[in-house]
Amino acid sequence: MEFGPHLLLATLEGAVTAAVLALTAVGLSLVFGVMRVVNIAHGEFYMLGAVIAWYVAHMMGGHPALGFFAALVLAPLLVGAIAVLADITILKRLDYDPERTIVATIGLLYIIQQLTLMTYGPEARPVEAPFNTRIALPWFEWGEDGFQFYYPWGLSTTSYKLAVIGAAAAVLLGVWAMMARTKIGLLMRATQADRDMALAFGIPVERVYALVFGIGAALAALGAVLIVPIQQAHYLMGADPLLLAFIVVIIGGLGSLPGTVLAALFIGLSDGIISVFFSPTLAKILATLLVGLVLVWRPQGLFGTRTA
Amino acid sequence: MSASARIIALHLGLLVLLFALQFILPAYHHGNLARIMVLATYAVGYNILFGYTGLLSLGHALFFAAGMYGMGLTIQHMGFTPAPALIVGILAGALVSGALALLALRTVGVSFMIVTLMFAQAGYLTVLYFGEYTRGDEGFVIQQAQRILWGIDLSDATNRYFAAWALFSVSFIVSLWLVRSPFGRTLVAIRENEERVRMLGYDTYRHKLAAMVISGTISAAAGAFYGLLFGYAGASFASVQYSIFPLLWVLLGGAGTVLGPFVGTLFMFYLIDLSSGVTSAYLLIAGLALVLLTLFAPQGLVGEIRRRIWKDLP
Repeated sequence: MEFGPHLLLATLEGAVTAAVLALTAVGLSLVFGVMRVVNIAHGEFYMLGAVIAWYVAHMMGGHPALGFFAALVLAPLLVGAIAVLADITILKRLDYDPERTIVATIGLLYIIQQLTLMTYGPEARPVEAPFNTRIALPWFEWGEDGFQFYYPWGLSTTSYKLAVIGAAAAVLLGVWAMMARTKIGLLMRATQADRDMALAFGIPVERVYALVFGIGAALAALGAVLIVPIQQAHYLMGADPLLLAFIVVIIGGLGSLPGTVLAALFIGLSDGIISVFFSPTLAKILATLLVGLVLVWRPQGLFGTRTA
Repeated sequence: MSASARIIALHLGLLVLLFALQFILPAYHHGNLARIMVLATYAVGYNILFGYTGLLSLGHALFFAAGMYGMGLTIQHMGFTPAPALIVGILAGALVSGALALLALRTVGVSFMIVTLMFAQAGYLTVLYFGEYTRGDEGFVIQQAQRILWGIDLSDATNRYFAAWALFSVSFIVSLWLVRSPFGRTLVAIRENEERVRMLGYDTYRHKLAAMVISGTISAAAGAFYGLLFGYAGASFASVQYSIFPLLWVLLGGAGTVLGPFVGTLFMFYLIDLSSGVTSAYLLIAGLALVLLTLFAPQGLVGEIRRRIWKDLP
């Protein structure tokens, strides 16, 4: 393939990464924004989503679409419930102290990961996509004979990958609508703005926290269900999304949803493109250094505005 | 006995006990204890920053690995003998911790934790990236012939135990002396209330910088000795897990106590050793311990003893 079609292919792959990353990162950002909790176990909620998706799809039988759509509903709900439970039993008792919750969520990370290893095992297992039509993509160029329009070999995507991008966009729109247009969103924003004042106005802050932690985890699980037909479910798969989601949330400005989505697009696309043309390890080194340096010199993030 | 003499007697007593134990322990526990003393040195280094200065770093594996690779790579590729290689390792740790301190100390709280985590992750990936020299995850073995320090073969169990004991004793005594010195007391004051210490006229930034370099250097010494004594350097020692371990050990033993790091490392080592006989998912124990400790005993074992019985334990 020539450079142009190759770049298009890398961009498309990057867009799929970006879509799933945006879901995961918005979950992390929501939890940080409202609760001021850095959830290190977020990647494990993602992993749980994928593993539960495998179990559901495995048990349903019938047409693959049936199992997949059941997983799409069940996995986020289950993972959300687990997260709510973790919030009530652990985080609430720590009084949401930032440093102690980080240590506790590191512990949670190991617990979830190792329990999955003990039950699900160390194998990587696929989930079949509900539909997977290969779509060849055209490429055009100005050749010697003027304008040409052709289908280069290898330049293709699948209907499923396009659907992932669409679904992620729809869910993100839904999250925005929830935050901006509903009563529960208003309660969340009030809690984010000033916890004590919200408490004084009779907002059940602790229930809002539990709900937010659940929704954050459910978003990560949803992203994992979407990606699991493309990648496989594995008990260690949470590490990379966690790191990338961190990068996105920090670049996008801690707790800012539009910034997070923008940063997810930027990081997802550049990760896809850099990984195709350069070494993925080098791409990761540069990305982690970038996050460290951004936090040192622009703690409010590249797109964020300074908040307290 | 005065309070100060009792404290010194207790701490020196531990060192004497550890020295004597090598004559009675069976071979298996003898080897374990040598490993524990090197790892406890790592925890002692971590404790100076976390326990006494109140800075929670999630990137100490970077310093541990700097020591290990500073020592290992110079032996492997430049034909160094152990003594200069150890010095290179320790200096590498001092340099890396100084450089990271200059960057990371511009941030506080959660940002400090994430910045240290990110730079350590970048360090880990760098080890993988230069796999040609470091052999990445697989790591490389330091041959027995390369592990002879001043005519002493460090692969021999007795010599290894003695070297581990010497390293631990030095770091332990330095830590005890440090936290009882005016400098150490200023660190504790910074942990309790940095604003007030600054107002009293102390340069808190320079104190934190020094604490981080001392902590990083001790951690690097532990890394360098670990590689030399056990003859292996691998990328897993640079991974996030090895940043979490000293945190776990110190939390378990008691942050801000001189004895805590050793007690925590000993306890956790045997906990994992026993449980790995039962299941391969032995890290589950580490996770449970972290959650339970933060919930129910944020002071740790020695911290509880200090709270209940011996109030002026350093």
